[in-house]
Order: sequence, then structure tokens, then C-alpha cells
Amino acid sequence: MIHPARRTHRRRFLKHSAALAASAGALGFPAIARAQSGPIKVGVLHPVTGFLAYSGNLSRLGARIAIDEINASGGIKSLGGAKLEAMLGDAQSKPEVGVAEVEKMNQAGVSAIVGAYASSICLATTQAAAKYNIPHVVDVGVADQIVERGLKNTFRFGPGYKVITQDAINYFHIMNTLARKPARTVMIIHEESLFGTGTASLLSRELPGLGYEVKEVIKHANPTRDFNNVVLRIKAVNPDVVIPANYYNEYALLVRTMKQQNVQPKAIFSVLGGAASSFKFVKEFPDVANGVIDVNHWYNPQDKRAVALRKKVEGMKEFYTYEVFLNYQAVYLLADAISRARSRDRDAIVSALAGSTWGGHFMPYGPTRFVNGQNQGARPLVLQVLQNDIKVVLPNTYAQTDPVFPWKA
Amino acid sequence: MLDPAILLASALNGLTTGAVYALIALGLTLIYGVLHIINFAHGAALMVALYGVYFLHRGPGLDPYLSLPVMVPAMFVAGYALQRLVIGRASHGKDENVLLVTLGIAIVLENLALFLFKSDTQTIDTPYTFSTVSILGAMISVPKVVAFGGALVVAALLLLLIRRTDLGRAIRAIAKERQGARLVGIDVEHVFAMSFGIGLACLGAAACFLLPTYYVNPQVGNGFVLIAFTIVVLGGMGSFAGALAGGLLIGVVESLGGLWLGESLGQIGIFLIFIAVLLFRPQGLFGARA
Repeated sequence: MIHPARRTHRRRFLKHSAALAASAGALGFPAIARAQSGPIKVGVLHPVTGFLAYSGNLSRLGARIAIDEINASGGIKSLGGAKLEAMLGDAQSKPEVGVAEVEKMNQAGVSAIVGAYASSICLATTQAAAKYNIPHVVDVGVADQIVERGLKNTFRFGPGYKVITQDAINYFHIMNTLARKPARTVMIIHEESLFGTGTASLLSRELPGLGYEVKEVIKHANPTRDFNNVVLRIKAVNPDVVIPANYYNEYALLVRTMKQQNVQPKAIFSVLGGAASSFKFVKEFPDVANGVIDVNHWYNPQDKRAVALRKKVEGMKEFYTYEVFLNYQAVYLLADAISRARSRDRDAIVSALAGSTWGGHFMPYGPTRFVNGQNQGARPLVLQVLQNDIKVVLPNTYAQTDPVFPWKA
Repeated sequence: MLDPAILLASALNGLTTGAVYALIALGLTLIYGVLHIINFAHGAALMVALYGVYFLHRGPGLDPYLSLPVMVPAMFVAGYALQRLVIGRASHGKDENVLLVTLGIAIVLENLALFLFKSDTQTIDTPYTFSTVSILGAMISVPKVVAFGGALVVAALLLLLIRRTDLGRAIRAIAKERQGARLVGIDVEHVFAMSFGIGLACLGAAACFLLPTYYVNPQVGNGFVLIAFTIVVLGGMGSFAGALAGGLLIGVVESLGGLWLGESLGQIGIFLIFIAVLLFRPQGLFGARA
């Protein structure tokens, strides 16, 4: 038996939905009527668990701060103040899980994806997103293959490792020449994956051309918990400069073991070093961090917005790392494109990103210009830990102070 | 040619690592000597002990060395219970069953750790993690020296236990002749469980000495198991002196190999020795001829 009240409800519901269907039909977009209103879904995809969890969580934080700021200041104005809605994804530090998350995000109807931190994960997620032409803004992922496969949906705001390593070599040469060439020999210590191996081979190919002797290249596993042998080797070879290319834990351990074994080269000059451009490292190990030089992603230190964001992040008891500000800026880049596209449609956003000339960021890149998905102006900066703070020391346009080289402990 | 000072530093460094290897191998060789089983769960048990030390440090803030009085008895009880309640019952008197049971336990423990603690690599920081002492001009880290001393003390205690106590006599009796020991009234099941417990207690001690300079993740035990097996074979199955000498030797070989051939190839020396021993002295350095 049907309860009378319920019956009337159902009748009323039928009547209302019929009216709704009729009105939608009149507008001519019955199928996508729902997708054209309400918040704009943005996939925020990072490795927030697994061995990359530390970086993944900071990446997610940067993206969420940007989304909250954009919504608080009135959303996307060209779309009637539509808000951005983050759909959070966890790649679990594995490329295949990243792909599964992209599939889920596609089903949920996201307009774009920002992520996915590690090169290997970005390679997989950009390709998966390309199937549905979902615009994918790559936040970090420095491997250059990411933007070399002709994927129309992929846009990398930051520099790739070839540009970073090439710049590092040039800056190193400038720095050494300015100091009247105290360094002639180098030793490279790198981790075993794509990033470390690629950087090391590029360095050992290019440095001899500028007159430097690469004394030795040492590869180590991830994780490594004892660098005594490596450091003893450095002691035996006694190079002028040690160039590490590895992740945070190993980087920190290597530099600390060098201190412990009393090995003091004229400089520790790293490329995308896991620690030298990290406030975490400076805070935890100030005695070994001071003097370390790194070529890495960094913001324009003169830009007030970058400094304000640093305050905000540190107020949240988090470290202001490149993961945070690169993701923060990646979301703003996307918001600018959606705003100019005046649409939440994927194709329209891809076109808007491809034609992007956005200058409203605080990175040392100039206005964006994408060629094959790579932002042409993206460049790293040279940083040195001085007096327990990270300072930009090269190039001169952004430098806060001169580099201290050779370093005397 | 390398500077002799660097060679010495590397050798001393290897010696300290080798002492911890020896401690792990001692547990393995004891279990093998008495129960005649190869404990495949040895690595997983070491992983559990390392997590124990890690959480005691993270939670109550207990120093890894002060965890010794907690971890050693805890691992002993766990080992005793495991042998009495699981391995002993499931074996049905057949040694090959035990092999599979320990393998199963290893898989369960590793995946439980993966589920509970994720695959993240965890480390602890102590005030002395990076302090060094100068030995003959070589800078050796303090926790490694402590581990070396600690491992030797534990090994000496173990030898004393085996040689001088009633339990030790019972263990040796069972190792030699299981049926005969039962006939003279030794509670074989109890001694089995005691041996397993002592074997795991060694791991508890090893974990306390290891963590200040090492890390823990669910797969951490695998690397040690392979080395521990090599040491046991090298020293002679069931020989304590062999395990101790083998451990120290392997530590030095690994360290010098790493110095000459690079970190990735360094372990090749260990396995070359392993093959050489199997070819020319299959009973091991200290093993009795079969």
C-alpha cells in the first residue's frame, strides 16, 4: 500500500522534472545542461602517499592555496564568478596509479588537471589526459620527454632539466671566472634514476669543453644510508668542486657525511639538489647547509607576492618549497586560461593555454609563451645558503647578493 | 693507488657494519643449528624489530640504545610464541613444512607493514647520529662503534649461554641428536621455542644498534637476509664463531669492494666469496667436515 503523502510527493516530483526537461530542451543543450553551471572542476593530482609523499603534500598545498584565493576573490569573472572546485587525486608515487586517477577525473568531468610532481608520473598522466584532451598543466616534472611527444594538452610552466643543467654549467663557469678560476676539477655524485643519471651525463659531456676535468662520476642507489665510502672516495680524489644530483635524504646525508669526514671542497654546487634550495634543510642542518650552492626552481625575490605567499605558508607551519610555489602558480596560469577561454570546455582551455601570454606571476620567466607545451621563458636561478637563509646569487637581474666562492668553512 | 689512510678508514667502517651483520647471522645460525630449518622470516622479523625501535623513539622518545631492555625481551617473547603457537604446530614434524611456514610468515609480516606504515622510508635522528671518533686517524661514526661493541657483547653472552648454562647444554644436545635428547627427558618443544626466541632476540638487539645509522621500510629485511645467509654458509652452518668471523669478513669485503668498484658493484665481492666457499670449502670456514 502506498502512503498518501508519499504519492503526492512523487506526483509533484514528476511534474517538476517534466518542466525542467522541457526548459532544458528549449535551450537546446539537454545533455550538458548540468556541466555548464556550478563550480569548475580542476583535478589536483599529486603523489601524496608513498616515497614521494613529502613533496606531493607540499604540491597539493600550493595548488589548494591558489584555488582558495581565486574563489575568495570572486572566482572566474568571465564565467559569472564560477568557483574552482579541486578534485584531489593521489598517484601514490606510482605512474600507473596516476593514470587511474586521470581516468576517474575524466569520469567526474574535470575541465583541467594540475600535477603530478615527479617526471615518471607526469609522463604517464599527461598521456592519459591526452586521450580525452584534458588540459594538463605540469607543475614540476623536469624530464624533457614530457613536452617532446607532441601532446597538445600538455603545458609545462617551469623549466626542464636540459635548460636547468645547461644554465647551471654556464653560471658555474661565470662564477668561477669571476673568482679567477680557483676550480679546475669536479666530481659528480648522482642518484640512479632518470633525473640523476641524465643530469650527470649532461654535466660530464659539457664541462670538459669549458676546461674542467671531471675526475669521477659516482652513482648511488635510492635510498642510501651510508655515504662513508663515497666520501672517502671524494677525499682520495680531492676535487675542487663536488656536484651532487640526488633527492633530499641522500643529499642531506652526503653533505653531512662530508662534514663528518672533514672533506671541504671549494664548493658544493648542485643541480636540482634535493636540499640546498630547501628551507627544511637550512633549518634542520644549518651547520652543513651554509655555503651550499644550488641551481633550482625559484621565485623572483623582488616580487612582493612571492614574499607574501612565503609568509602565508610559513604561518601554516609548512616549508616554502618550490613544490608549493610552482603549483600555486600553475593553478593561476590555468585560471587565466579559463578566464580568457570564457568556457569550461576542455578544447577551449587547451587553445587558451597554447596562446597564453600571462605575466601575472612571480617567477623569473617573463610572460608565458608555449612552444610544443614548454614555457619558453622558464629559467632556474642560482641559490646559495648564506647566514641560515637562501639567497639568489645569480643571474644579476635577480641576485640578492654576490656568491661566496670559493667557500671557506 | 689509494691512500692507506682511506683504506684503513673503509676497512674499519666495514668492520663495524660487519659486527651487526654477524649479530643477525648469529640468530639465523642458532635457529638453523637447533631446529634444522632455514628461517625465511628472519628478514621480516628484523624489519618488525626496526619498526619497534622506530616507534619507541617517535612515540615515547626512547633512545634506540635504551630500547634494548624493551626490544630484546619483546622479540624473545614474540619468537617463543611464534615457534610454540604457529611454526611448531603447522610443521606436523616435517622440516620442509617449516620452511614454507616461515616463508608465509615473512610475506604476511611484510605486507602488514606495507598496509600499516606505507612504503615510506623512515629514519630517526639522534644527537650522536653524526658524531665521530678518531681511530688510528680514521673518522668512524660513534653509533657504528657502539654497534660494533654491542654486537661483540651480545655474541659473547650468547656463547656463554650456549656453553655454560643448562639451557645451552639442552640446545646443543638437541642440535646433535633430537631423539636422544627427548629420551633423556629434555622438553624438546620448549627448547625449540627458546632457540627461536633467542634467535629473534638477537634481531631485537641488532635493530637497536642499527637504527641510529640506518633506515626502516617494509622491505628493509631482504637485503640483510641474503647477507646473513652468506655469512652462515661462509662460517659453517650452525657455527657461532663462524658466524661472528664471517660477519666481520663480509663487512670488510663489502666496504672495500664499494670503495674500489663503486657503491652499486660493491656487493659483488660478497657473492664471489660465497661461490668460492661453496666450491672449495663447502662445510664453511669453521664448520665440521660432514
